[in-house]
Parts: sequence; structure tokens; C-alpha cells
Amino acid sequence: MNAQLDSAPLNQTLLARFSARLGPQLSLRLTLLILASLLIIPMLHLLPADSPLHVSAYILTLVGKILCYAIVALALDLVWGYAGLLSLGHGLFFALGGYAMGMYLMRESAGDGLPEFMTFLSWTELPWYWYGTSSFLWAMCLVVLAPGLLALVFGFFAFRSRIKGVYFSIMTQALTFAGMLLFFRNETGFGGNNGFTNFRSLLGFDITAPGTRALLFCATIALLSGSLLLSWKLARSKFGRVLTALRDAENRLMFCGYDPRGYKLFIWVLSAVLCGLAGALYVPLVGIINPSEMSPTNSIEAAVWVALGGRGTLIGPLLGAGMVNGMKSWFTVAFPEYWLFFLGALFILVTLYLPKGLLGILKKGDPK
Amino acid sequence: MRSAPLPEVFIDPNSDAGTSRDAVGLGRRARRGLDARHGTILTLEDISVSFDGFKALNNLNLYIGVGELRCIIGPNGAGKTTMMDVITGKTRPDSGQAFFGDTLDLTRMSEVQIAQSGIGRKFQKPTVFEALSVFENLELALKTDKSVWASLRAKLSGAQKDRIDEVLQTIRLDSSRERPAGLLSHGQKQFLEIGMLLVQEPQMLLLDEPVAGMTDAETEFTAELFKSLVPQHSLMVVEHDMGFVGSIADHVTVLHQGSVLAEGSLDAVQSNERVIEVYLGR
Repeated sequence: MNAQLDSAPLNQTLLARFSARLGPQLSLRLTLLILASLLIIPMLHLLPADSPLHVSAYILTLVGKILCYAIVALALDLVWGYAGLLSLGHGLFFALGGYAMGMYLMRESAGDGLPEFMTFLSWTELPWYWYGTSSFLWAMCLVVLAPGLLALVFGFFAFRSRIKGVYFSIMTQALTFAGMLLFFRNETGFGGNNGFTNFRSLLGFDITAPGTRALLFCATIALLSGSLLLSWKLARSKFGRVLTALRDAENRLMFCGYDPRGYKLFIWVLSAVLCGLAGALYVPLVGIINPSEMSPTNSIEAAVWVALGGRGTLIGPLLGAGMVNGMKSWFTVAFPEYWLFFLGALFILVTLYLPKGLLGILKKGDPK
Repeated sequence: MRSAPLPEVFIDPNSDAGTSRDAVGLGRRARRGLDARHGTILTLEDISVSFDGFKALNNLNLYIGVGELRCIIGPNGAGKTTMMDVITGKTRPDSGQAFFGDTLDLTRMSEVQIAQSGIGRKFQKPTVFEALSVFENLELALKTDKSVWASLRAKLSGAQKDRIDEVLQTIRLDSSRERPAGLLSHGQKQFLEIGMLLVQEPQMLLLDEPVAGMTDAETEFTAELFKSLVPQHSLMVVEHDMGFVGSIADHVTVLHQGSVLAEGSLDAVQSNERVIEVYLGR
């Protein structure tokens, strides 16, 4: 009897150790393998159109788009799942990265003249913030700087004032809404409600050519894998453990001598930059960016991906983004009017019955 | 660091050294960190705190010596937790002075600065990082560079691992080191939090009801543990369990309505008429 009692915690410890060491490692490798296997899609896309194995541009763009969303889900998981900061404004950072890329694409297609929408507004000169955007390198800097700096300034003040929980979420939501209203205006200089479209070339390559699309797709896979590995490293480092501690008991952490502001700011800015990069890949792939990307519903949908897949698991959100968007593309064709009802029902069901998300079911045996 | 001998330079050449605030200010500039040469580790003078007109602390004066183990008792609402909040920077006093050592002005430091300067606190409700394992809880509390950059590159050294193992033995949680802290029993969480304080290596420990929810054996063990911490550390223990207070404290302070009602040995305090009145009468 006594021996049995003694062995129970030991078994649990062994199990915990086993799953802590092997389980996540295995699922990371598996995910990376799946991502690598997706590289077959651009290759098949390059086959001649009459080949039976040819993958259409529609499928390639769709999967590429979902992969970009997966990066957003991953970035959101870093701040929500680990640091406990639920952002309902990540669409803004995504769109800012997209707009920065779009500026370059517009300049490239306009040649020496002004972008089309500016001549339409009978502007004669580029606004100051458009200077240098004809250089791809500067545009890439903007892709990082625009979301990064905005996140830095917003985060600095929000974390300094110790804004947390639902107040933080509401502020991020308001931020993306304000961004949307601003970008809807023609005077802002970003094409108003039409946004940017009719891109022609990227670094001199035809943007609709199969080769360019295939390369963009590969770049997305590379970014997603890179972000996953980076997030993985972060989550396994002491930094990641401090974030988890911050989420669960911020006061305790402060009395241990950690300043939470720096930790929050770091992960917040990193997350925003990842979103910006994802947006920059999304725009040439999809061929359009407009202010509706900043609409609050987009950001909320991103939170649904993360919740569905499983917060704080890194891999779960990728799964969630893939599943929801996969279903969305099927549903909006088959029963377009029911999609939002379905999404809402899904969210309610997940919140009620799967608080740890889909990955929570898989990990049920894990005592952790 | 605190055991390093004080260099001659820091002995203030001013004739009024130690007699005015200016001299104290000079000392602060000359040497960061704790300086308790005058034998008092914590000084609270005329501290008042009010919440919406309610005076939680009312001209509180309290001095704790280096290496002292002081117990604070008092009825509910006497201001014990508010006092700890003032010391740790969670609440700012409306008036009064709070010094850690001779030089560190606690009323001007943030919670984080106060924690880093060497005051550790155990909460009334045991607070540990529930999602992390027992070992990881101690790892985070361990005294080390706690900046973002340091944490990104941090790797435990052999000596640090040994220190954590040692504390795990001390708090008797060695067999649950890999367990998530959220699965521990109430008493075990109390011990884990005490262990986190130990690895943090503060000069002064504030302990808010450390033995609540512990068995008699655990309480006894905690008493031994606390007694072994002095005189290297200074302890301030808030506790309701008089048996526990009697077993550890040589010096007891009674708080009542935000100020000190009585101070002295436990026997003297318990036979004090005003204390009896507050606890039993009314």
C-alpha cells in the first residue's frame, strides 16, 4: 500500500519528464517536416498547365495566404499564449507590413511617374513618407520599422501604465480600428478604400509569373519555419519561462526582481515585426492590400485561430490558422451566408469544451 | 557582495556624517546597494497611509535591526499587510519615511528596485508560478542578472544548479522537482515560496503568514528554518499562530489601527493590558 503511494508521484514525474523532453521535440520536427513537404506545391505549380499534376495558381495563392496567416497566429501566440497579452489588433501590424511592401510594388509598377491613385487625386508630388520606397531595400526596412516602431511606442506607454487584461485588448482593438479609419481616407496617401492593387513586378520579375509565385511561396515557408524555430528557442529559454511567470503571477515576478516592462516590450515588438513580415509576403502573393485588413474582425479572427489550436503551444495556432482558413475557403463557396455563424459557434464550442484547444486533446495524457 | 569589507573611501569625511539627511544622501551616491553600518536594516518613521479616508497606517514607527527576527502580530485590519506593501513599494505612503539600511529611500524606489536591492517578500496567499516546475520556479527566483538580455542567453552554471538542489533539499521538495508547481499542496506551495526567497538571497525577508495551512510538523520545521536564517538575514514575520510566534521570536511588535501598540518579548506583550483589551475586549 505504502509502496504504491510512493510510486505514484514517481511515475508521474517520469511521464512528465518524458513528454516534456520528447513530445514537443517530436511535434516540432513533425511540423517542420510538414512545412517542408508543402514545398512540393510550388514545384507542381511550375509544371506545364496541361500536366495532370499541375497545381493551379488559385491553390498556390490560397495555401500561401494561409501560411501567412499562420505566421500571424504564431506571433499572436507569443504574446497571448506566453505573456498573457491578448492583442485584438495584430491585423494592424500585418497590414502595415503589407502596406510597406505595397508602396514598393506601386512605385515599381508606376515607373518614374506617380502611383496611379495619386494622379487620380491630381497630386503632383509624392508625400514625404513615400520617399525612398522605390528602393526594395528601404521598403524592406519599412516592413520591419513601421509595425516595430508603432508597437514599441504603444507598448512602452501601455506597459508603463500597467495596462493589462481586457483593457489592453480593448486598446489594441481601438488602435487597429483607428488605423483602418485613417487608411480609408484618400488624404492619408495610401489609396483610400481601394488600397493598393494592379502590381506588375517585384524586383523586375513579373509578379503573376509562376516562377515568382513559387519563389514567394517558398519565402513564406522559410519565414514560417524560421519564426517557428525562433519562437521555439525563445519559449524554451529562461526568457520564455519568465514570460510564463509573468502571465501567471506578475506581482510575484516583480518581487523576484524582474522588471516586467522590458520582457513585455520585447515580445510585443517581436510579435509585431513577425506580423509585418507576414503581411509583406501576403501582399505580392495575393496582389492586393486595402484598409479592410485592419478591420477589427480580422484581428479577432486571428485570436480564434490561436484559441482553436491551443494557446501557448506554438504549433497549435498554426493548426488553428490552417483549419479555420481551410474551412473558410470551402464554406464561403458552399454556404457563404452561414460562415460567420459557423465561426461564432466554433469559437463558443472551443471556449466551452476545449479551453486548451485542439492540441489540448492530443496532450490529454500529459499531466502538465 | 554584502560581505565585502567597506573601503575606507566610503567613510564620510564630512564632520556631520550620519547626523543629517545630507550626509545620508552623500552615502547613497557613493555606494549603491545596502548599507546598514548603523545596525538598523529597516526604518519606518511616521508612516501614514489612508485609503478613501480610512487610515490603514497612522504614524507608524518601526525599527528592525540587522540580523533580527521580528514578529508582527495584530488583529485583522491592523495594517500589517499595508505595512509590507509600503516596504516593498506596492503602496506609497502619504507621509513619513521608509529606509532600507541607512541610505536606500524605499518611498522613491520601484517594486523591482526594492526587490533587487535585497528585500524579499512572501505573500499571504502562496504565490508561485503554477505552470512552471518546482525547479523552474527556483531557477527564476535565483539571484542573478534579471534583465531581458541576460534571460535570453541565460544558462544555469554548475554552482547555480547546486544551490537550487541544496534549497530543494532544505524545503523538502527534492522529489517533486519536475512537478508543475500548480499541482503542489498548499503547504508545499508555502515551502516553495520560502525556497524562492532563499535562492533570491535577500538581506531582509518579509513573510506574511508563512505557516498558514501547514501541518504541525511542517510548522515546527519552518520555525527551525527561520531560526537558522538569522543572523545572516533579517526577518519580519506576520503571523496569527501564537504558538509559532512563541517558538521563533524574541521580539514582538503588536500593531493596532495602523500604529504600534506594544513592543517587547512575547510574554511581556501578552501580559500588556492594552493588548489584552484589543484582542479580547471591546
